[in-house]
Amino acid sequence: MTENLRIKILEILQDDCRTPLEEIAVMTGSELAQVASEIDAMRHEGVLLRYSAVINWDMVRHDKVEAMIEVRVTPQRDKGFDQIAEYIYNFDEVTSVYLMSGAYDLLLCVEAKTLKELAFFVSGKLSPIENVTGTATHFILKRYKKDGVIFERERRDDRLVIMP
Amino acid sequence: MSIDYESILNKRIAAVPKSGIRRFFDMASEMKDVISLGVGEPDFVTPFHIRSAAINSLLDGQTSYTANAGLLQLREEIAYYLKTRMDVSYDPKKEIIVTVGASEGIDISLRAICTAGDEVLVPEPSYVSYMPGVVFAGGTPVAVPTSAENGFKLTPEQLKNAITPRTRALILPYPNNPTGGILSNAEMEELAAVLRGTNIIVISDEIYSELNYTGERMNAFASIEGMRERTITLNGFSKAFAMTGWRVGYLCAPEELFGIMLKIHQYTALCAPRQGQVAAIEALRAGRENDYADVAMMRESYDRRRRLMVDSFHEMGLKCFEPRGAFYIFPSFEHLGLTSEEFCTRLINEKHIAAVPGTAFGATGEYHMRCCYATAIDKLRIALTRIAELVKDIEQGK
Repeated sequence: MTENLRIKILEILQDDCRTPLEEIAVMTGSELAQVASEIDAMRHEGVLLRYSAVINWDMVRHDKVEAMIEVRVTPQRDKGFDQIAEYIYNFDEVTSVYLMSGAYDLLLCVEAKTLKELAFFVSGKLSPIENVTGTATHFILKRYKKDGVIFERERRDDRLVIMP
Repeated sequence: MSIDYESILNKRIAAVPKSGIRRFFDMASEMKDVISLGVGEPDFVTPFHIRSAAINSLLDGQTSYTANAGLLQLREEIAYYLKTRMDVSYDPKKEIIVTVGASEGIDISLRAICTAGDEVLVPEPSYVSYMPGVVFAGGTPVAVPTSAENGFKLTPEQLKNAITPRTRALILPYPNNPTGGILSNAEMEELAAVLRGTNIIVISDEIYSELNYTGERMNAFASIEGMRERTITLNGFSKAFAMTGWRVGYLCAPEELFGIMLKIHQYTALCAPRQGQVAAIEALRAGRENDYADVAMMRESYDRRRRLMVDSFHEMGLKCFEPRGAFYIFPSFEHLGLTSEEFCTRLINEKHIAAVPGTAFGATGEYHMRCCYATAIDKLRIALTRIAELVKDIEQGK
């Protein structure tokens, strides 16, 4: 039951994290106190990490360059990929890090103010790391969809306003 | 010389009053910032894998007619779906017709069984097309009023009292538009007990069967012992799979009824749109494999909004039956002393919220309005706030 309620709460928050607790309680058919305590618990357990907004930065700022970087690394004895991944995700420029199957090992999402800054990150910070054996940088040219949200276009509701 | 249209129009059809909601439609269309709770369809777009199947069929050049009864593959999918999900078996070759929406199914069913003077029982409030459909078919509609106290369910006593020697058919509209009323399997069984041994045909409109929030599975009416032989099961893809514009539904009936209905369908519609049928195959095929994940996702989303609506109407002090199915809610404002037309007119003029007056669904809908909650939640919040404002205004004598 708790498991089920938790998933319902998370789905509502993922869709709109500003949904008031009272409303979440109504929508899930549970008590306000219970919803509040589940959310608290999930924050402590690290299930709920942060409430953030999906923003189309392109419409606001133009001084931002984003890239995906494929990184090949030599895994370390006993530590595998974790230690090197941790080293890399500490750089401020790095917004996401994934361990991947396939032709390369780590995939980074990186952002910087200028192309030059980003280039310096790759040549001056990333490539020199011991165990990094190669990188391939792909600049993001345009964002169509992120986290399930389609950018650039809002769907028009063209349903008939009154229908039996 | 001009034509005297009055004398040539079909009098029976001309006599059916125009839909009462037309005026609201016109008012709403002229306003820019109106939030509509008057819609009658999902706010989801058809899932992309379904749209994509139809697109591919167009790329393949599949543009011809299909068999009159519909693509056999679709009828087979429908048979499997009904067997596994609604507990009723139909032969895809002899008992299923794919129709132009469930709406065509209503029309065909009524025309197949009505002759002049036949009475067709229609529980009220219910979907606006049943009554005119009966008249168009030459029959006489007989309203059977239901009430909020009984959850807008047709009770066995009401049914028994409404039956006369002229009763030819009963329309069973559950889950119900506009009330959200639903029948449990046990309640269907009670109605079946009244119908056994009669010659009455049941037209069971199960278009909202997937939108059931009780957590209990609702079987097809035809699944009840002795009912299959007298039941025409109507269903479709519009509501469950968000496919209203595709116009695909189906009707299922025993072979003895199938023949006459197929005759009407093949001479009037030929077949349902092919791309809609292809899309419907994909909807059912994927559902079979992923346990109807699309439907479950949408139902869950409607359910959240349903709870929000019930709670908000109660908070406003409106009497409101908790809907158990479909995506409508039917609150009452009887204590405010306004008719449903008056309330809805003020609602749209003063608060720019469109809702359908309850009387559109029959006289028993007086002092109610139908609100569809298949609308974005932030819009619902605004709509509910404005409805609450109007209720307050009226209470304060404004």
